[in-house]
Amino acid sequence: MKVITANFVTCAVKECKTSPASFPLHFQDAELEQQELDFQPEFIRNVLPRIDWEALRTVSNELGFPSLPDSKPEGEALDNEQTLKDLHRLLLETHVTEGKLTCGNCGHSYMIKEGIANFLLPSHLV
Amino acid sequence: MDYLVRFAQLHETFRRPELQACATLAGADIEFITYNEYSPYCVVRLPDEAAARAVAKRSILVKDIFELWGEGTNYEELHADVRRRTQHRWNDYIAVPFKFTIDYFAGTRSLVQKGEIIRSFSYMGFKGPIRLKDPDEEFFVMEEYIDDVEVSKLGVSRTEDPRKIYLSRKIADSCREDVLKYDLKKRRYISTTSMDAELSLITANMALAAPGKLFFDPFVGTGSFIVAASHFGALTLGADIDGRSFRGKEKGKLGVYENFDQYGIKSKFIDTFTSDLTNTPLTRTAVLDGIVCDPPYGVREGLRVLGNRKGKPAVNVIIDGIPAYLRPGFIAPKRPYGFEALQNDVLNFAVRSLVPNGRLSMWMPTTNDEKTEFPVPMHQNLEIVSISVQSFNTWARRLITYRRLPEGELSDVTLARKKIDDEGTTADDLNAFRRVHMLRGHGTRVDQDQKKTE
Repeated sequence: MKVITANFVTCAVKECKTSPASFPLHFQDAELEQQELDFQPEFIRNVLPRIDWEALRTVSNELGFPSLPDSKPEGEALDNEQTLKDLHRLLLETHVTEGKLTCGNCGHSYMIKEGIANFLLPSHLV
Repeated sequence: MDYLVRFAQLHETFRRPELQACATLAGADIEFITYNEYSPYCVVRLPDEAAARAVAKRSILVKDIFELWGEGTNYEELHADVRRRTQHRWNDYIAVPFKFTIDYFAGTRSLVQKGEIIRSFSYMGFKGPIRLKDPDEEFFVMEEYIDDVEVSKLGVSRTEDPRKIYLSRKIADSCREDVLKYDLKKRRYISTTSMDAELSLITANMALAAPGKLFFDPFVGTGSFIVAASHFGALTLGADIDGRSFRGKEKGKLGVYENFDQYGIKSKFIDTFTSDLTNTPLTRTAVLDGIVCDPPYGVREGLRVLGNRKGKPAVNVIIDGIPAYLRPGFIAPKRPYGFEALQNDVLNFAVRSLVPNGRLSMWMPTTNDEKTEFPVPMHQNLEIVSISVQSFNTWARRLITYRRLPEGELSDVTLARKKIDDEGTTADDLNAFRRVHMLRGHGTRVDQDQKKTE
């Protein structure tokens, strides 16, 4: 699971959707891998406004990466190719192959195996 | 300027919406001057040649596009129209290597007749040279006769002569040849329900897949739609309630990813994950540019969501002190779900996850006759852009494309169905499509015998 995907998912339990503690989900025991991909600046520019920056900072810290700037790059900062390349590396080239994603509200953990997260819930949580 | 489009003569109800979508993608206004579903030739108005090239380059159902030099119902009319439209331009082509081709639909001409037709344009004064291979300019005479299909469907009578003749100058080919590249027969990872390459690419076009965009398929299966969307440049995510469908059987390999690898579009693949659309983990904010999907119909594959079957209590089972769901190999229980309820869930999901003007292109099955046809699902925040139908013998399926309206705009949903069918226990109770489909020649032997005696 890529870092960008983690910015789009929250706990699948309905009651958790309204709780701020359920987002972002927290990576635990994460095994990381880097995979080189074509740099696509138009994608980063398009998607960046939809990224929850606070959540990305949290996840990036938990995965042990150097701190991200306090605020989301906007306007002229997006003309800086290095800024876009750094974001490309973090959002698209970094992925978690094994580990767990845990909800800060209900404590439920979603397993990640071979890079695939499983968000199915047992019946008592549906 | 007027341009002549030559369509492939199939999937007729998809042709105009797809061409319209390609024009939207190219940022060009398109106006349909003439269109006939029984003919491959269609005249459109576009701003300029660059726009015509851009529009054709994205289309799957267009074969090629031409600059219209003249049209008529007979050669006299055609020649007069050619003089009127293009006389001032003949000089530009006087010494250009060129070729004349005769193309006909539902008709034919002998070699001698073809020669006569070509020579009848000698007044344009092109000196050539004539080059049959790689000419700089290619001119087409197109003759449209009345096809047998039209004769049988509309009851019109066939005529000896063509009903319409065009002269045109070729501008560009479409990307129709990509259909061969994505042919399922040559694809590494497929299953019985994989959508064919042509319709997958068309679906991606309808939803306006393009570089820089983020696309999602909530019923990803073997990934036909996300592969097609990524072919056109979108980065894609996929989910499925059954993780085996996108993983495949080969250990250590991700089936869907193998397809991205095969087509050289690995950089467009983001993730696949296991989830149920009705209990989706995706956030409630608008992050997607497009959703492309073919939700399960509940005939060949199960139509299920998370949860226990009716009457079975939902308890946290504990085995040896560990909750069952935390033990390896746990399979989340699933229950049957309504066909229409699922489609409503897709629409609601689209409303909250699509950016303004983002598109949902969704397939849904229906019956082949108007009386038992299923109403199109609607939502006040979604505008229906187009509905296309692919007919089979006993059933049909529709591709419905919606546009997420920006806040403050609402669409008219007074014709929408009101019924919610998520209550029920058996597959037939829940699924009106399945019920009708099974009854119409697909039922059990007993059903059929009963019908005979009635």
